[in-house]
Amino acid sequence: MSLLGLKEGKLLEQFLHQIINGISLGSIYALVALGYTMVYGIIKLINFAHCDIYMIGAYVGYFCMTFLGIGFVPSLLAAMAVCTVLGVTIEKIAYKPLRNATRIAVLITAIGVSLFLEYGTMFFVKAQVRSYPPLTGLLAKTLQLGNISVPMLQVLILAITIILMLLLQFVVNKTKIGKAMRAVSMDQDAAELMGINVDTTISFTFALGSALAGAAGILVGVYYNSINPLMGVLPGLKSFVAAVFGGIGIIPGAMIGGYIIGIVEVLISGYINSMYRDAFVFAILILILILKPAGLLGKNTREKV
Amino acid sequence: MRNTKSWTKLLLLVLTYVIIQLLILFGIIQDFQQITLTTICINIILAVSLNLITGFTGQFSLGHAGFMSIGAYTCALITMRMPTIPGFILGLVAGAVAAAVVGILVGLPTLRLRGDYLAIATLGMSEIIRIVFLNLNITNGAAGLSGIPQFVNWPWLFVFTAGTILLIVNFLKSSHGRACISIREDEIAAEAMGINTTKYKVTAFAIGAFCAGIAGALYASYFFFIKPTTFNFQKSVDVLVMVVLGGMGSVSGSVLAAILLALISTFLQSFSELRMVIYSLILIIIMIFRPQGLMGSKELSLSMLSKLGSKFSFRKGRV
Repeated sequence: MSLLGLKEGKLLEQFLHQIINGISLGSIYALVALGYTMVYGIIKLINFAHCDIYMIGAYVGYFCMTFLGIGFVPSLLAAMAVCTVLGVTIEKIAYKPLRNATRIAVLITAIGVSLFLEYGTMFFVKAQVRSYPPLTGLLAKTLQLGNISVPMLQVLILAITIILMLLLQFVVNKTKIGKAMRAVSMDQDAAELMGINVDTTISFTFALGSALAGAAGILVGVYYNSINPLMGVLPGLKSFVAAVFGGIGIIPGAMIGGYIIGIVEVLISGYINSMYRDAFVFAILILILILKPAGLLGKNTREKV
Repeated sequence: MRNTKSWTKLLLLVLTYVIIQLLILFGIIQDFQQITLTTICINIILAVSLNLITGFTGQFSLGHAGFMSIGAYTCALITMRMPTIPGFILGLVAGAVAAAVVGILVGLPTLRLRGDYLAIATLGMSEIIRIVFLNLNITNGAAGLSGIPQFVNWPWLFVFTAGTILLIVNFLKSSHGRACISIREDEIAAEAMGINTTKYKVTAFAIGAFCAGIAGALYASYFFFIKPTTFNFQKSVDVLVMVVLGGMGSVSGSVLAAILLALISTFLQSFSELRMVIYSLILIIIMIFRPQGLMGSKELSLSMLSKLGSKFSFRKGRV
């Protein structure tokens, strides 16, 4: 660092700050993108309601930390548990009856569920923005790395995300139910013939995805400190872009895509123009769909008649 | 026009115009009901044009509000500089053409995507348009444009609503329309039969966008105030609910659903969250229990009405 002049040092510092912010944002997008990609991989449905499960997670965390006075980690577990139940319930009520229907029908139902969650929540808790209670103890500190001060919160977000992703990789690759998930996503009928209970497997997939979304929700609530019933829409769309970018249906793809989109968004917002950052993310989506629809890690498969 | 059916339809059309015009003249339809009437007509145009894209050609588009906003802003900007009737006509045509051009530009690269991806791509496109309008100086950003000269009244509304329905119905009955329907039924088979699917998909998209642009221009010129959030995803969903409720593949279903939902939304104006909750429940329940909507792919016709009439009669010889 002593080789650089004062101005260059400051620019580097700023850039590193942006990268660290991007990693935090990317962690959130990665967690939500994992839910999108797992559900799409297993039943080829874009679960529009996923972003609202994320929003419900944030509200559950708010409720636990504000009214029940519970600490952060128990609230995190509570948010994940509630979202798991919610995700499985939605699957059983709205998506299972349409297992054999056209793609448009399920997509429209997903939009319906999403709107129902958003405006239902708005109806009960009103549209105003609410803030999380301030954090105490370990989480309020900052870590000093050389010239850069990193809030402990961002370290926490990254740590929790990595733990959850490692757990997910373990479940998907080393357990029997994970094997069942991979089998059903490859060929549903063959999996059923092999004795796999497809219904249970699909419900389990939704449960996993929703738990991750719930965790992301409460992390966002604690990080940005404000929540409102429509908070899930834009991050949900961007997480979906991240999932497509990395290769929809591919779990490592969602992780990579989440971080890339998070970092790109923060860099564009910081160095170009923060007004157009959402438009850039959508433009990335349209570009990737035109240039390489299978995503970064995906393979192009020919459509058979 | 050789048979009585055509003459009857023409008569019904003229009667509808005359009756409502008289009701307005005599003050029976007051200002508030006129707002509902305008909303009904704009909804009909939007629903029928989205039905062309989604219901008849099978391309799931969630970006209809984006096309509407292009028409609205173009017409508003032109009429604010030329506040005369020719100015309004220029603004309307320019708005519709601009929307169609954007539809073609967006459609050409994205229409080769399958259902789910196309939905997200059109949603993204609509959001990009909204963000662009939010950030341009000429459109006044988030504050929107106000004081747009009002030219729209019942004759204008009627001409454009009836015109749009006639345009789309005639398109659908032609060979172009049959090509579009075949794309919905089985795209690979249509391609194998020699139909240029890209051309017809983009055509349907362009016509749908053109009509949405007209609806947007009418909206701007009647409600005299527009801002980017008027044309957000919620608006696209409103139109989608109309198409789904009416039946994807039925023009008369879209018209009926547009009227019904305009009435519901006027009724629930003060409870906007409840309105959206009801809309979302309509979507879910219809998709699970009656995915073909109210009318399925059948059209309301005079023979259907006469069959209905005979069901309620006590004559022996029933049709």
